[in-house]
Amino acid sequence: MTRKELGVFLLLVALCAIVAIASPQFLSVTNVQNVARLVGTYGIFSIGVGFVIITGGIDLSIGSICALLGVLLSMMLVEWRWPAAVALAAVIALGAGLGAAHGLLVARLRLQPFIVTLCGLLLYRGAARYIAEDSTKGFGTGQGFEWVRALAAGSVGGVPMPFVLMCVVAGLAWVLLHRSVFGRHLFAIGHNAEAARYSGVNTRAVITWAYMLSGILAAFSAIVIAFYTNSISPASHGNFYELYAIAAAVVGGCSLRGGEGSVLGIVMGAALLQVLRNLVNLLDIPGSLDFAVMGAVILVGAAADRLFGRRVRDGNA
Amino acid sequence: MSAVSKQFPGVTALDRVDFHVAAGEIVGLVGENGAGKSTLMKILGGIHRADSGTIALDGVPVGLHGPADAGRLGIGIIHQELEVVETVDVAGNVFLGREPHWAGPLHLLDRRRMETDTERQLARIGAQISPRTIVRRLSTAQKQFVAIARALSMNARLLVLDEPTASLGSTEAERLFAVLQDLRSSGTAIVYISHRLKEIEALADRAAVLRDGRNAGVLHRGEITRDRLVQLMVGRAIQGAPRQAVGTGAREARLRVDRVRTQRYPLAEVSLTVDGGEVLGVAGLIGAGRSELAEAICGVAGLVSGRVLLDGQPLALDSPRDGVRAGICLVPEDRRGRGIIAAMTVRDNLTLPALGSYARFGLVNRSAETSAAEDAATALTVKASSIEAPVATLSGGNQQKVVLGKWLALQPRVLIFDEPTQGVDVGAKAEIHRLIRRLADEGAAVVMISSEIEEIVAESDRVAVMHEGRITGILDRSSSTPESIMQLAIA
Repeated sequence: MTRKELGVFLLLVALCAIVAIASPQFLSVTNVQNVARLVGTYGIFSIGVGFVIITGGIDLSIGSICALLGVLLSMMLVEWRWPAAVALAAVIALGAGLGAAHGLLVARLRLQPFIVTLCGLLLYRGAARYIAEDSTKGFGTGQGFEWVRALAAGSVGGVPMPFVLMCVVAGLAWVLLHRSVFGRHLFAIGHNAEAARYSGVNTRAVITWAYMLSGILAAFSAIVIAFYTNSISPASHGNFYELYAIAAAVVGGCSLRGGEGSVLGIVMGAALLQVLRNLVNLLDIPGSLDFAVMGAVILVGAAADRLFGRRVRDGNA
Repeated sequence: MSAVSKQFPGVTALDRVDFHVAAGEIVGLVGENGAGKSTLMKILGGIHRADSGTIALDGVPVGLHGPADAGRLGIGIIHQELEVVETVDVAGNVFLGREPHWAGPLHLLDRRRMETDTERQLARIGAQISPRTIVRRLSTAQKQFVAIARALSMNARLLVLDEPTASLGSTEAERLFAVLQDLRSSGTAIVYISHRLKEIEALADRAAVLRDGRNAGVLHRGEITRDRLVQLMVGRAIQGAPRQAVGTGAREARLRVDRVRTQRYPLAEVSLTVDGGEVLGVAGLIGAGRSELAEAICGVAGLVSGRVLLDGQPLALDSPRDGVRAGICLVPEDRRGRGIIAAMTVRDNLTLPALGSYARFGLVNRSAETSAAEDAATALTVKASSIEAPVATLSGGNQQKVVLGKWLALQPRVLIFDEPTQGVDVGAKAEIHRLIRRLADEGAAVVMISSEIEEIVAESDRVAVMHEGRITGILDRSSSTPESIMQLAIA
């Protein structure tokens, strides 16, 4: 583990210990399962956004993609009666297409990632509401696609499926990011895109792929989330998810300037956020404060990292 | 400054160094990279704090706690890494942090004073730049002028220049020397840091040499010669690379540039050939279009017209990637911005272009990669604590070796060096020259752009001289002398 990963890990362990002591319920099987389910769900798209952040970009469109694809998934399965496998493939392909479009706009047209994906955030939210006519969608009795529900929202041996899926995704992402040529190119571009280009790296293709992966993983978690909530109100479904993703990546050691970050860090970052939400729940803090608690803890953590980090550097000097 | 010491993690940067400069004196400060010159000057500028030792100005000990203190005491420093704000105009940079303003609560900028004053300072060094130009649009040499104008406008009593001519052409450099001599006679104390020993010879009243963070000796005017300086700097005699006779056997024209016009000089056509095994030096003043030509040849910048042929085959070049794939590799002038990825390790930098060849199914074989990087680092004598060290921690010369090293695994057919030894110390410079020659001996066609005429003369088999986008002459070994090159460059 790198120093940053170790820092997040210690923070996570400390936080879990505090909550566990304050509320024995934290370690109950149901609660652990619940938290794991959420960590899995949020972890999947956070990893995707992490790829983009490592190139020095940003992806703000995640929440709206979840809403749009959730609405479409429900309509494909329930209203249009598409075969489940086709519907899943279509949703993933759509996610990939939207991500690729972001990537091409950033890499080819040189638009700023913030603007491209902010427009995505607005566009897809609007599209979701329009397509659903602002009415809540769901999956009814789920006849004909029980296996999809089991895959997305079930559990194996007591472990919730979203968590299992996230572990698989994280494993693949780890290999891709930390062991592949593509991953090295991502870091190189994040640190110094010009030098990477001068070294013969196909920077446009690599950047486009990063956004596309983010879109694919957003689609993937859109499926999981849709079955988890089981009802999709297009105006609020997936709200703020992009910020959870960015927070998870940053807490996990990604630099918004690009070039830094790790899959393990992002996953722990996502876990940290969910433990914090759980803490608000269990410790009888008013639910309206949960964002405030998250913001405060992240801020304190970032400040501590700065102060502590500086002490370590000076100590060596 | 007396008995100044400074420790950095793992190294003693300065060990009880004494240094002084009198009013109306130019002191040359020389030493290999890493000898401690820049650290000493950063202490003087208030950027670093000395661990021990004292600094006195006019005999009074002073405390320097930050760059603002240095400015207030009349110490003006032009750092090697140009500190200019790219998005602000020239006048704004010259007056950055001490903008003149009108009376009144709003402190409105006095633009007119800023611009006239900037114009006056630029005119002193003969730079024709409008004070309203945004700095981003300027060339490196012009940015250097802006930095110099800034220091001049502060009316510094003590002026420190760290490698001020690194990106200047000969004419510009001479104008700068005249300004410095003016300042000297008006009583300014000047510290002049340079790897160009000729300049020290010509300019300095006294030369102080640092070696490994210690005082290595002082030479007074009259004793300052290149050889004595080098001896003090390295503590050993340096052998120049022996000039080998060039074989005259029939060789294929490896690289042919055919009537190429670049975006900078869309009216000038350039044609030239470089053989495998040959080093073609490209000389010229700053802005002669040399870098633009280099970038056109390796695909960084598009051609307006013309063709680039490799072994007789015309190339389609749309990106540096196309150039690299064809075997045309560039060691760019802007090392920090385009050559190295400073935050990544020596290994990651060395293997970046050829990473695919250490990979299977897109997954990197780390032991193959590491041993390839280790081989390259050893072959190039890269001095680093390990290949896992970030390139940012290396000296300029070693960073340059890394930039060169990343191409070796690709066995390039054409190598283009743009100012390969800029800001590189004497020892590393000789090594880089040897490497360039070795690559040519192994069959590569080498193009070497340099603003240092001595380097061009010593290291090239043939010299192409450029002026305003055109080639004004091609000289062979027997006819290339500094004088003949300058004639063509000014043309």
